[in-house]
Amino acid sequence: MTVLRRSLRAFGDFWWDFLIGDSPEFVLATGVIIALAFLLDEGRLVATLVLPLVAAAFLLASTYRGRKRATAPAPQEDAPASPVSPPTV
Amino acid sequence: MHTTSTLILILAVFGASSVEMVEALTIVVAAGVSRGWRSALEGAATAVVVLALLVGFIGVPLIHYVPIDTLRVVVGALLLVLGLAWLRKAILRASGHKAPHDEDRIYAETVAELSEDGSGDTGGAGGEGAGKTRDGVAFAVAFKGVFLEGTEVVLIVVSLGASQGRLGLAALSAGAAAVVVAGVGVLVARQLSEVPENTIKTVVGVMLTSFGVFWVGEGAGVRWPGSDLAILGLVGFFVLVTLAATAWMRSLLPVPTSVPSSVPSS
Repeated sequence: MTVLRRSLRAFGDFWWDFLIGDSPEFVLATGVIIALAFLLDEGRLVATLVLPLVAAAFLLASTYRGRKRATAPAPQEDAPASPVSPPTV
Repeated sequence: MHTTSTLILILAVFGASSVEMVEALTIVVAAGVSRGWRSALEGAATAVVVLALLVGFIGVPLIHYVPIDTLRVVVGALLLVLGLAWLRKAILRASGHKAPHDEDRIYAETVAELSEDGSGDTGGAGGEGAGKTRDGVAFAVAFKGVFLEGTEVVLIVVSLGASQGRLGLAALSAGAAAVVVAGVGVLVARQLSEVPENTIKTVVGVMLTSFGVFWVGEGAGVRWPGSDLAILGLVGFFVLVTLAATAWMRSLLPVPTSVPSSVPSS
């Protein structure tokens, strides 16, 4: 029973992480792209231009949002480390 | 005509599988070294069998019973979500806004965790003394690592394979990647951090996103100029977008001038 519950939870976690994760806007992007694809299928050339552009716009917006969140914590007065996340190689 | 999409299908599945398998292999090697190879390999092998069954049980019915246009829209949607997320992560890592995936750190953490958790059946690190009894922890850790990382590969294999009616080819590409990564793993053992994971992830992200846009359009009735060749155009477009985004994000990286301990520049 516990194994089943854990498996179900892991399955649910996977899908949540996969579809939503830290970039829920991509679900919205996909919905918008599907809607546009159906709306624009008459104007074929327009659709072939619009669909990749919309995907790119959402990608740029989401990446920018990720950047802001990555550097969002304000530097503390007595923090010993750099306020900017250092490149950890 | 279909050569382009077939080639990109093979590359995308091979690349995605490689990236995920590197992550899985890190966990398996850590489990093998710290708890014993027999149980770790058994756990990994069991997970591979379960994943293969999943491909068969999900992929084959999809091809036979779901209308192709519906399948392409759904598959395109899944590929878009996955591809965009991979690209986003790759851009953030390449531009320095996110720490790179560190296999060495994951390896060290897993080994430390497993070593603390009892002695297993090996009687110590190195797994030399792997006996006849099975180490449940090593088995479970290796199984979980391979299964969780492999689920994403299954999704890509089923999506790309089913939408093009080439499930066998997609599965074969994923299998080939697993064999190559396992072979490399045997040779380099713990130096999995040498694999240029972010580059592979970027390439695969571009391919998945391109396929995603293509299949959503195709399923909705959009006729792409040049048919399958349009995928190449989409790949080129998203490569440019990724390069531009990486450069843009790099330019937004704050300069650490306010670090108190840094050497004064003037």
